[in-house]
Amino acid sequence: MEKVFTRPHALTDVPLHYCPGCPHGIVHRLVAEVIDELGIEGSTIGVAPVGCSVFAYNYFECDMQEAAHGRAPAVATGIKRVHPDKVVFTYQGDGDLAAIGTAETVHAAARGENITTIFINNAIYGMTGGQMAPTTLLGQVTQTTPYGRDQGRNGNPIRVSEMLATLDGPSYIERVTVDTIPHIKAAKKAIKKAFENQIAGKGFSLIEVVSTCPTNWGMSPTEAFDWMRDNMLPHYPLGVYKDIDAKEEK
Amino acid sequence: MGNKVLMKGNEALAEAAIRAGCKHFFGYPITPQTEVSAYMAKKMPKIGGVFLQAESEVAAINMVYGAGGAGARVMTSSSSPGISLKQEGISYIAGADVPCVIINIVRGGPGLGGIQPAQSDYYQAVKGGGHGDYHLVVLAPSSIQEMVDLTADAFDIGDKYRCPVMIMGDGMLGQMMEPVEFKDTDTASLPEKDWATTGTDMKRKKNIINSLFIEPKDLEDLVLARQKKYDEIEANEVRYETEDIEDADIILVAYGTTARIAKTAMSKAKAKGLKVGIIRPITLWPFPYEAFEKALADGKKKTFLAVEMSMGQMVDDVKIAVNGRADVDFFGRTGGIVPTPNEILNKIEEIAGGDK
Ligand SMILES: Cc1ncc(C[n+]2csc(CCOP(=O)(O)OP(=O)(O)O)c2C)c(N)n1
Ligand code: SF4
Repeated sequence: MEKVFTRPHALTDVPLHYCPGCPHGIVHRLVAEVIDELGIEGSTIGVAPVGCSVFAYNYFECDMQEAAHGRAPAVATGIKRVHPDKVVFTYQGDGDLAAIGTAETVHAAARGENITTIFINNAIYGMTGGQMAPTTLLGQVTQTTPYGRDQGRNGNPIRVSEMLATLDGPSYIERVTVDTIPHIKAAKKAIKKAFENQIAGKGFSLIEVVSTCPTNWGMSPTEAFDWMRDNMLPHYPLGVYKDIDAKEEK
Repeated sequence: MGNKVLMKGNEALAEAAIRAGCKHFFGYPITPQTEVSAYMAKKMPKIGGVFLQAESEVAAINMVYGAGGAGARVMTSSSSPGISLKQEGISYIAGADVPCVIINIVRGGPGLGGIQPAQSDYYQAVKGGGHGDYHLVVLAPSSIQEMVDLTADAFDIGDKYRCPVMIMGDGMLGQMMEPVEFKDTDTASLPEKDWATTGTDMKRKKNIINSLFIEPKDLEDLVLARQKKYDEIEANEVRYETEDIEDADIILVAYGTTARIAKTAMSKAKAKGLKVGIIRPITLWPFPYEAFEKALADGKKKTFLAVEMSMGQMVDDVKIAVNGRADVDFFGRTGGIVPTPNEILNKIEEIAGGDK
């Protein structure tokens, strides 16, 4: 019988440690499928963050470096400047990318560093047990905003894709999600384009994946997706925020 | 080879790095080391290398981690406040066994401090700085020629042992001009970097550069293995210079710029009939305990006088080396004040007088 569904080669054959229903696993698979389809496993170097996806270095079959919290874009920059012909990507959560690593993110983007960044926005710090993230919504209850995130007390959530799209460096920024089959397909297409851009030497690409954290949101995986659709997508609308190709076509 | 050129310390250091095969430099401007960056910015594009002005020292050291992990000979340079920011990255680099060279052209502190020469980062460089069980190999040149030679050696030591190496200079060394000669580099004997993230090419198992080991037993095993490496470094890489320690009553202990001034003080003291010698540590870690054993071998009563541009940091290691077998005294200026030979001489005479 023909096998119609197998593990992508670029995804290491080990059990992922993610909670059941956590979108991290879906996004890992999409990245691995793209690496397979582009035939770049042997020439790709990934950078894992600090956050729930810290063990990503065990999950991708390509060479990997584990970065300090927030520093993945700087680490990726170092690797890419040594191996400009190799494909370098980072995989980061919202605390990693948009709080402690904001400077590294903004400047890698501003330099137009020719790397690909996969950004998981689950509006919370998953790994440390559910504290406020820079993307936590106003009113959202977390361990460190027990009365809900308050604008005066806790500040406002950051829309990363919109913010980075104001820079001249990035070539491609799109916000996607992975709650439905069509959305997963669109997410994969975006991730693929982000890698293809790098191979074509177009510069910095970032795919923001609006995600969930069922465990720390205290919901079932399906409730979490419902909550995400009702609350996160209105604040973080899906779509392309920057695409230098589209500009060229005009 | 064989050609002497007159160069400023910071520029000679940068040139030495390039000649040692360093094609990647990541830095952030800070006085008094900016000439290193400026030199790299000028030279790197011409030799197909990379000079990148990072957004911060934090980013720069993490670029170094990436580039070093990817197999390159890589360097960053900074001064005290910037080196503080690099400590996170240095700890990760040590924990992931990534070779690299870090330059600290030390200035006065704490805080923003000043921009004049100092040695008050000794603790930070030698006793940790970042978190965890690790060491930096710390090299302390006291002339521009030595700065050049040690820069080449720093890359070799880093590659040989897969560890970060720091060169500690000060603003005086960085700004001073002296004739230097560059030696040829030979890296043939160094191990291949088969651990680096260069892409598997589908020909080998993947390489992982990482400092996370969640199982305590795994982490302990790794730290123990690294300790063995440190033991080897302590056995093989200790460097120091001694002068007239054999029958000295007073032995000066000083490194870097301070050692030069201490030597002038020593000559003056000798002219006055005092028996003075000097130990000049070249490696601050590993500390040259051996030199103290030599000095103590005759069992005679003597005093070791640590002279530093700090409130006394290396003097702790002198005490450890001496271990109660002789008197240990200290003289230092700090905040960017360079001690004069006469100040040191006064201290020597005070000690000598006390002995009478
Ligand atoms: C310097 C430093 N500060 C804090 C931490 C603790 N820490 C680990 S993961 C994390 C938050 C990660 O959240 P996020 O990036 O949103 O990823 P997620 O876990 O949600 O996937 C924090 C604060 C750390 N490891 N290092
Ligand atoms: S804590 Fe949240 S983000 Fe982390 S694995 Fe579990 S569900 Fe996923």
